[in-house]
Amino acid sequence: MEARERVQQSLRIRKKEGRIENSKNLEILKKGAKGLEISGLIILILIFGFPFLWMISTSLKSFSEIMIFPPKWIPDKLMFENYIRAWNSGPFLRYFFNSVLISISILILQFATMIPTAYAFARYEFKLKKLLFAITLLALMIPEQITFLPVYLQMSSWNLLRTYAPLILPFAASGFGVFLLRQTFMQVPDEIIEAARLDNASEWKIMWKIMMPMARPVLITFALFSFISQWNSYFWPLVMTNTQSLRTLPIGVAMLKDAEALTRWDTVMAGNMILIAPMLVIYFFAQKQIIKAFVYSGIK
Amino acid sequence: MSFWDRVKPYVMVSPSITVFLLFFIYPIMYLFFLSFTSWNLISLTKTFVGIENYVELLKSPQFHLVIKNTVLYTFLMVSISIGLALPTALWLNKRGFLHKFTQGVIFTPHIISLVSISLVWMWIMDPDYGLLNWVMGFVGIPPSKWLANPKTALISLVVVGVWKTLGYNTLVLIAGLQSIPKDIYEAAELDNASKWRNFYKITLPMLSPSLFFLLVISTIASFKVFDTINIMTQGGPIDTTNMIVFFIYQNAFDFFKIGYASAAGVLLVIFLGLMTFIHFKLLANRVHYR
Repeated sequence: MEARERVQQSLRIRKKEGRIENSKNLEILKKGAKGLEISGLIILILIFGFPFLWMISTSLKSFSEIMIFPPKWIPDKLMFENYIRAWNSGPFLRYFFNSVLISISILILQFATMIPTAYAFARYEFKLKKLLFAITLLALMIPEQITFLPVYLQMSSWNLLRTYAPLILPFAASGFGVFLLRQTFMQVPDEIIEAARLDNASEWKIMWKIMMPMARPVLITFALFSFISQWNSYFWPLVMTNTQSLRTLPIGVAMLKDAEALTRWDTVMAGNMILIAPMLVIYFFAQKQIIKAFVYSGIK
Repeated sequence: MSFWDRVKPYVMVSPSITVFLLFFIYPIMYLFFLSFTSWNLISLTKTFVGIENYVELLKSPQFHLVIKNTVLYTFLMVSISIGLALPTALWLNKRGFLHKFTQGVIFTPHIISLVSISLVWMWIMDPDYGLLNWVMGFVGIPPSKWLANPKTALISLVVVGVWKTLGYNTLVLIAGLQSIPKDIYEAAELDNASKWRNFYKITLPMLSPSLFFLLVISTIASFKVFDTINIMTQGGPIDTTNMIVFFIYQNAFDFFKIGYASAAGVLLVIFLGLMTFIHFKLLANRVHYR
């Protein structure tokens, strides 16, 4: 502790000496650097933010305003009709309903399967534990880009292709979720559980009154991760559906592009806004949580 | 131990394990089986053909091109998206509203569907009225048909991929930077070490686990690329953006060559398995030593 203080003190003195020596030149340099840095940040914000603004702007343009070069930034008249045209160009209400239904069902099923599984892996000893946990890890590693063909054929042979089953069942359990939650359950100190046992708390009570509250942040993190991934999913529903009534929003929006020979970017961008608006709203309100969900769950 | 105590853990894990076995483990085995057969989806029988599908694949010039494209795309994606994320992370790793705000903005594409991203970039890269040609005009680059030109199609997909992943990679590296203990830098400052030396001797080695993590997951993710290809280029022009997952998808669902597609799938399993093994080793190390 003392050594650390001494180090910091000597650093402070050294910085002060330096400051007196060339304070004037440094001031000018610092201002210049600051200006440069801020312009750099603004360029970065533009590169990553502008396509979204461009999407909004295009979605409100008239068809003739799209075919202007150099581009026009703000449309003369805001064409909200584009949204209605996009919405009516296919069964969009159905797409939207399917997206919500599938994302939410998967989330509920994943919670129902992962909580007991993670609890058993974290708290019990049993014979096949190692093997079963290895299967869980394998499931976590195997991507859908590998399983899509055999699962499609399986579903086809079970006559399930025209149902929601291929869209929901393969995701009813999450290897990632089990892995994440098991870690959390393992971190709950044994003393707390022992103390609860001494108070004659049942296993059930221990799980709901001690383990679950401690796992709350992880459960929220996983819920955000799962919902956003499912909502955005394109590849799996594309493979598994060949009837319109089962398609999800990403498929419907992607099909807007192919509807006419000459792409109506105003309509496509309006459809695009319908797809991303819920995500942007969630991101606006839970930015910290979402970044944590994606960034930290990957590394920890 | 009562009977129930012995059975209970199995009851608790069985729903998850059933799903994993049915939809992850069994399909992989089924894929192996299919790769040794010839089947067109319609006929009732699958004919056993041995390693014929593999021989055909390895002889096919198209498959060679597909592998070449996939490797090139992966190499470009990994090197550019991590190469840009490192300086961006060092730069944005500061307090203050503007820096935090920029972090939030560059991360946004990560939570947006690749469908939206592909569509908006197709519009930006539109040959006639696209924003990109307009911007390029200022730098003196003549208008290009980005996605329709065999020379620029693949690099255009890389641009879109980098745009999507840069924010995520940057934030992973910022998290890594913040886990480096501050005392190390204080000690170095006391030794009058230069900034450059600090970076080489402290930051880079301490950041290497995060960098390695990104290297592995970006390689896996780039190898699996499909959404942008299917929406933006359909593998074209003249197969210059045809990559492994799209190749499997097309052979299975457009040409109905199930065995052939499965053989390509098995090769993908082997490569991803190798990469995942490295990833898993890394993951296991982190879990144990922290």
